[in-house]
Parts: sequence; structure tokens; C-alpha cells
Amino acid sequence: MTQGIVRDTPYDVAVIGAGVVGCAIARELARYEVSVVVLERSGDVGNGTSKANTAILHTGFDCVPGSLESSLVSRGYHLLGAYAEEAGIALERTGGLLVAWDDEQQAALTSLQEKAEKNGYDATQILSAAQVRDREPNLGEGVRGGLAVPGESIICPWSTVLAYALEAASAGVSFLLNAQVTGVARVEGLHVLATGQGDVRSRWLVNAAGLFSSDVDGLCDHDDFTVTPRRGELVVFDKLARDLITSIILPVPTQRTKGVLIAPTVYGNVLLGPTADDVDDPFATATTEQGITRLFEAARKVVPKLVDEEVTAMYAGLRAATQFQDYQIRVHAGEAYVCVGGIRSTGLTASMAIAEYVTGLLGDEGLELTARTLVPETPDMAPLGEQQLRRYLDAAAIGRDPAYGQVVCHCERVTQGEIRDACTGVLGANDLGALRRRTRAMNGRCQGFYCGAEVVALLSELSGRSPAALTGLDS
Amino acid sequence: MTRHNEIDCDVLVVGAGPAGLSAASELRALGVVRVLVLEREAQAGGVPRHCHHTGFGLRDLHRLLSGPRYADELVRRALASGVQILTATTVTSLEKNGQAHATNSSGVHDITSRAVLLASGARERPRSARLVAGDRPPGVFTTGQLQQWVYGKGLPVGTRALVIGAEHVSFSAMMTLRHAHVKPVALVTDLEEHQSVAPFAFAARRFFGVPVWTSTRVVAINGQQRVREVVLEDVRTGAHRVEAVDVVVFSGDWIPDYELARRLGVELDAGTLGPASDDGGRTSVASFYAAGNLLHPVETADVAALRAREVARALVKDLANDSTSSSHDQIAVRVEAPLSWAWPNRFDPLSPVSRVALRAKTFSGSRLLVARQDGREIGRERVGRIVPNRSLSVAGAFLAVADPGRGPVTLSLG
Repeated sequence: MTQGIVRDTPYDVAVIGAGVVGCAIARELARYEVSVVVLERSGDVGNGTSKANTAILHTGFDCVPGSLESSLVSRGYHLLGAYAEEAGIALERTGGLLVAWDDEQQAALTSLQEKAEKNGYDATQILSAAQVRDREPNLGEGVRGGLAVPGESIICPWSTVLAYALEAASAGVSFLLNAQVTGVARVEGLHVLATGQGDVRSRWLVNAAGLFSSDVDGLCDHDDFTVTPRRGELVVFDKLARDLITSIILPVPTQRTKGVLIAPTVYGNVLLGPTADDVDDPFATATTEQGITRLFEAARKVVPKLVDEEVTAMYAGLRAATQFQDYQIRVHAGEAYVCVGGIRSTGLTASMAIAEYVTGLLGDEGLELTARTLVPETPDMAPLGEQQLRRYLDAAAIGRDPAYGQVVCHCERVTQGEIRDACTGVLGANDLGALRRRTRAMNGRCQGFYCGAEVVALLSELSGRSPAALTGLDS
Repeated sequence: MTRHNEIDCDVLVVGAGPAGLSAASELRALGVVRVLVLEREAQAGGVPRHCHHTGFGLRDLHRLLSGPRYADELVRRALASGVQILTATTVTSLEKNGQAHATNSSGVHDITSRAVLLASGARERPRSARLVAGDRPPGVFTTGQLQQWVYGKGLPVGTRALVIGAEHVSFSAMMTLRHAHVKPVALVTDLEEHQSVAPFAFAARRFFGVPVWTSTRVVAINGQQRVREVVLEDVRTGAHRVEAVDVVVFSGDWIPDYELARRLGVELDAGTLGPASDDGGRTSVASFYAAGNLLHPVETADVAALRAREVARALVKDLANDSTSSSHDQIAVRVEAPLSWAWPNRFDPLSPVSRVALRAKTFSGSRLLVARQDGREIGRERVGRIVPNRSLSVAGAFLAVADPGRGPVTLSLG
């Protein structure tokens, strides 16, 4: 589906990739008198790495001090935290707790605290085993101590990308979906980007293609880094497990192992993961028996009761890891090209700061940045978080619009009104994944036992796409 | 904030499936004045609405009906007896003081009643809950979803299917696939035999050419835009093979829909995962009762309906005595492997238990069921052939000698 149309006049900036980074950049640029197009290979915004991660808003306490990542994560943490409040993106400031299970890990806590301070984060606190247990009584046997990181938070990654994109779109940014860039040429000082939907021309080019950023870099005749997708498998437990933990339970990173975390989600579930395996294929988002077994072994030690709860979902996401530890943000001024690569697990947190930074680079290199007189409005996102007033509990909303009282997805309590809203307007959902990310429909414990047929029928009606096309039978 | 609506009734029934509707009708027949049934689906009737084959109503209505006809009949009888049914109304939470909260298109409602009967049913475990790895393409169903897909909405299913599971409902899934012109390639079970009745398995093979692949486990599902293949493992040899299909139906492996009960603080039984209860459906929270497949998944609709009537009778008795009895202080019934659960899993030794239903994880010939309390044998009963995913029933008289002061009764196979 195409949201924008290919036009003849060149854009000032073309952004390749509508993930959290690309959309944040588009939103930032939309504050200026600049024409912007976002080109996305898939059918939705936030449809790659941005949709399948641990959904944590990081303080940046364990970044490499002095790195670009460290500074952008610290700043992004505050920017996105404030933006989430403003846009109604689900956010819970649960805090994080690193738990040490042996001498080596216990010893590492002090240096982690020092590292956090070097990263400008001084609110960590070293805890005794008893203090750790007091905070998290469901931890397994053998806790030695811990480090509290009170600022660590959980956030809705789907609404974040969508909010950026909606805000950008409302300010005139064009989104071209299903528009994979297959060629980049320089003609008369312009970039000519070949897509399946025709050529797009722009003065500046921003590569925010995530897993495909080294491919795009190659199309621009650069070879600055290589992306090796790092697969992270994750298990989502039933909402009834939510009370087992109060905060994000983090492993203490050591030389030997990175370990897995156990975190609440803003939707009221518990997340276990991720694994970390390098893979060749940028589409290898399958889970594996070995990966799941490894995660369960870890959970059995950290929060033993967790493994007795039902599993609601299993998925894998791919981080765009490169051979470098730091972000790879490079300006090729002569070519009017900015590459935003190597944005790994912290990209969600850093996104708004990356966008500021990249916009600054573009300005320094000659892109004229005149602030718009009419600043785009922050969108009002649908309340997907369990700590927000969900529509089905909102008597006033139901009073205005009875469709908010009509529950379709029973496990996640998603109403017909929310499904309708998600399919309507700019960047409306037109596939099942897009609908799930906008509403949570079918994401619950029954995975569609009750509502699957109803949701597909509704989506078909609202999107105009046939049920066969929606379920991959028409390809 | 807009005001909530207040609703008052004598007994609130949560769920209008066979158990909820039958209990509600029985409550009215026994003189309860205001019986309100809340159903979250747009139509009352529960799971049988989607089961377009015959076999419903035999034991409770003494007729043989299709699922939808049976559901309609239960709704008709409930309405005729004076039960009030509100559909498209979701109960969102319960409180120990008996208050319930519900949502529908006319608003948010606070419901007070003298007693609440939970009949929220059971669902099949989906692929994720069975920890089946691989990609997450469309084409993966549960039987319940498939039936609504085919009979409810007439949506396209695919061409070739594997049914995971070989219990009663798995054969129902096979028939639904055939109705939708999808070829069922096989039924797949990790156990050494199917767990339905012999005529079903015979008919599947003989008339429809659908075999049961036993001792076979699903390892992974592959396919990006659509299911492409399923990786299977022979559990005896560990050998893997791949079957090209575009549909996978996960059938059976039922789990009670216990969310409301558990969030209320009702104690669940470790075996059934339903509310721990006596044969009157009394849960650990006073004035909250449970009935049907919420208690122990799953029985056929008519059995669920009949037992729900018994729960209704116990509830009325308690109301008449103004008693707030719960299963909290009763004797617990536990099981040892290979038994997986027993129900009732709580009992009061002063009131006789007529039958005990049992399930086991493995096949076995006729065995002795031994009941012990505090290490001491208190009774034994011979049970017939044991088939996983099917209930056995034994007379419950042996529980009468249990001593309230000696802790739980443990059942094992001798």
C-alpha cells in the first residue's frame, strides 16, 4: 500500500527506513520548512527491529563512557520520556535491578556503578541480598546482591514509532510504504532513488535502513561497516505473571555471558530474553527450540515461578549489529548523504536524540533549517498501556462513542472502536501485524481462539483488502 | 468521569455457554427471582454455536442436536424460564464483596448480587503456549478459531493442513477442514495412540484417508508470509522430517479461562488449573461458585450442563441457609502422576461425594485407584482403561471416611 505518491519535484530530504530512527528523523525535520519523504521497504512503519525488542527506555548507565551512543542515549532518555507523557505513549517507570548471583557478578557491581557515573547517571544504588529480596521476593535462591537503576523504564515501542510518523505526516512528510530502494544515482546534484513505485528525487539522503543500512550504504558506493543481524529470541508470559516482578530484572554483564533479562511490559505481561546469536539472513526472525530452552533455563534460576505460567507469545527480533561497538553516524557532505548505521538495542531510547543530532549535521552541512511557524501537533495516541485508562474502562469515551464499549479481542480487551480508529486515516493499519501493533488485538493469551475470525473480517471490511490477502493466501 | 450504571440481581452468572445457561435455568426453576447472565460474545450459546456437527444434547436434553441447534435450545429455555441474558457484555473484574464490573456499548456497569456463578469456559492452548518454535506466519489456528473462521465468517482457510492433537476435538477440526475443502494430511500426537473413540479414528482413516501420526511431535513452523512447512520429530528416534502444508490447527490441550477467578483471588487447583472447588462448585471465596469447563477442561457440553445444574442446586441451598460456605476449609484432593487431576478437588466429609472424575497423562489398562490421607490408605476403587485427555469416573463413597483433621487426600494408581 502506498501512503504517499511519487512526485516529480525533488524533496529536500529522503529518509530510507521507517523504523524508530527514520521516523524520529522525519519528525524532527518536520519542525522546519523542509520537504521530506520516508521510503520504507515493508508495508508499515516500525516493522523491523523497531517492533521486536525489549521495549525498555534505557538510562544509558551501562553504555561505553564517552561514546556517541552514551551521549545520545542519555539525552534520548529524557526527550522520549517527556514525549511519551505528552503523546500518551504507555510508559512505566518501574526501575531496573541488576542481580548478582556469584562472586564475579557481585564484584562487578561497583565498577558498573562507576561506569554509570561516567555516563552521567548517578542514581544507582548498591543493594544487599536482603534488600534485593525485599524488592523482588520471587527471585530464585542464591542472590548475592544487586544494583538498583531507578530510572530504567518500560515503554510501548509500537506507539512510539507511530507517534513520530503521525506527527511527521501531519506536518506534510510523505511516507512511501512497500517502496524498497533498489538503486541510488546522483543526477545533476540530486539523489535519484529507484523504488518499485518509481523514482524519487531528493537533495539530501539519510540512510536509516537498520538491518539494511550497509546495503544502502553500498548503493551509495560506501563500505563503512557491515551489519550482522544479531537475533534475540524473546518469550512473553501471560499477564497473570505480571505480579511476580516489580521492576526490570537485569543480569550483571560479565566477560563470559551477557545473560537475559526479565521485564514487565506496559501491556501487563512479562518478557523473558533476549538470546544473542549472529545470523546471516536479515529475515531470520524465527524462534528456535534451543533458544527457548536456554531462556527457560535462565528464568528457572532467576524467577522460578515464571516458568509455571502460560506463554502468550514467542518472537525474535534482529539487532543491526556491526563490527563497531558505537553508533556509525557519518556525513558524506560532498554527496549530501548521511548514514545512520549501527544503531543497536538502544535505538528506541536514543531515537529523538539521534534525530536532533542528524538534523544538526544536515544543518551544519548546508541544509537550510527554517523553523515552521505552525509547529506540528503532538499526536494523541491510543491508550495501549495497562496503567493508562483503557477505552473499555472509560465510561466517558463509551458515552461519546458506544463502539468503545464493544470488546472484540477479549484477552487484551480491545474494542471495536479502537480497531476502527487504527484502520482509519493516515498510516492506518492494512495488515494484521499493523493492526496488532496499533491495538494489541490478537496479542493475548488465546492468540485468536475467540476473536481471530472476527478481527480478520473487521480488518478486511475496514481496509478493503480481502481475507485471503490479509492471511498470505494471495501471494 | 461519567457515572457507572448500577445493576442489582440475586445471582450473576458469568458466561452464557451450556454450563452458564443450564445453571441459570435451574436457578430460576428453584425460585431465584433475578438471575442475570452476562455474555461477552454477541450471541449466547458458547462454544457449541460453532460446532456444526451432531452429538449435542444427548444426556441433558435427551435429544440429538447439532451444536448451533443445541445452543439455541439452551438459550430458548433460559429465556423462557425468566433468565435475563445480556450479550456483548464483558465482565472486566470481580471483587470479594461480590461486586462485579462489566462493560458494554451502553457503558460501564457495577453489578451487585447475592452470589456469582463463574462459567467462563475453557480454550485450547495456542501454538505459542505449546512452545512451538519457528516463524509466525498466518495459517496457524486453534480448532475454535478455525470453526468461527469457516462457519461464522466463511473466510478462506488454505489447502493442506496438519491437525495437532488426536483427541475428540481434533476429529472435529478435521471435519471442519473437510467442510472448508482443505485437505487434512494427518492428525499428529506425541502420545502412542489417539485419545478419542475407536470409531472416529477408524472413520477418519477408512472414509477420509486421514491417518493419525502417533509418537510425533511438532518442532517448528516455517514460512514468512504464510505457513510453508512443519518440522516434525519422531519422539522415539528423535528423527526429524518436514511436511509441506499451509495450515496448522492446534486442537485440544484445553486450559480453563480462569483470569477473572484468579484475579479475584480464587484458589486454583494445581491439576485442573480451574478454581479449586467441591462438587457444589463452591470456590475458596465465599459466595463465588464455578461451573462447567472452567472447573476442569473439558467435558462434552451435555456433561458440563448437567453438572452445572448441580452447582445451581448447591448455590440455592446455600442461599436458603444464608450460608457463606466456601471450599476454603474443606479437604483437598491431590493426585500423583500419572494422574493429572481429580474433580471435585475439595470436599466436605459430611456431605457425600457421588462421583469423582479423573484424568491421567498416560495410557493404561484397568488399575486400582488408591486414596491415602496422611500416608494412611483410606480406600481403593478399580478404574477402567485409562486414556489421556478423557475422563474416568469412579464412585466417591471412599472419600466419606476421610478425617477433616488429617490434611489432603492423595489419589494414586496402585
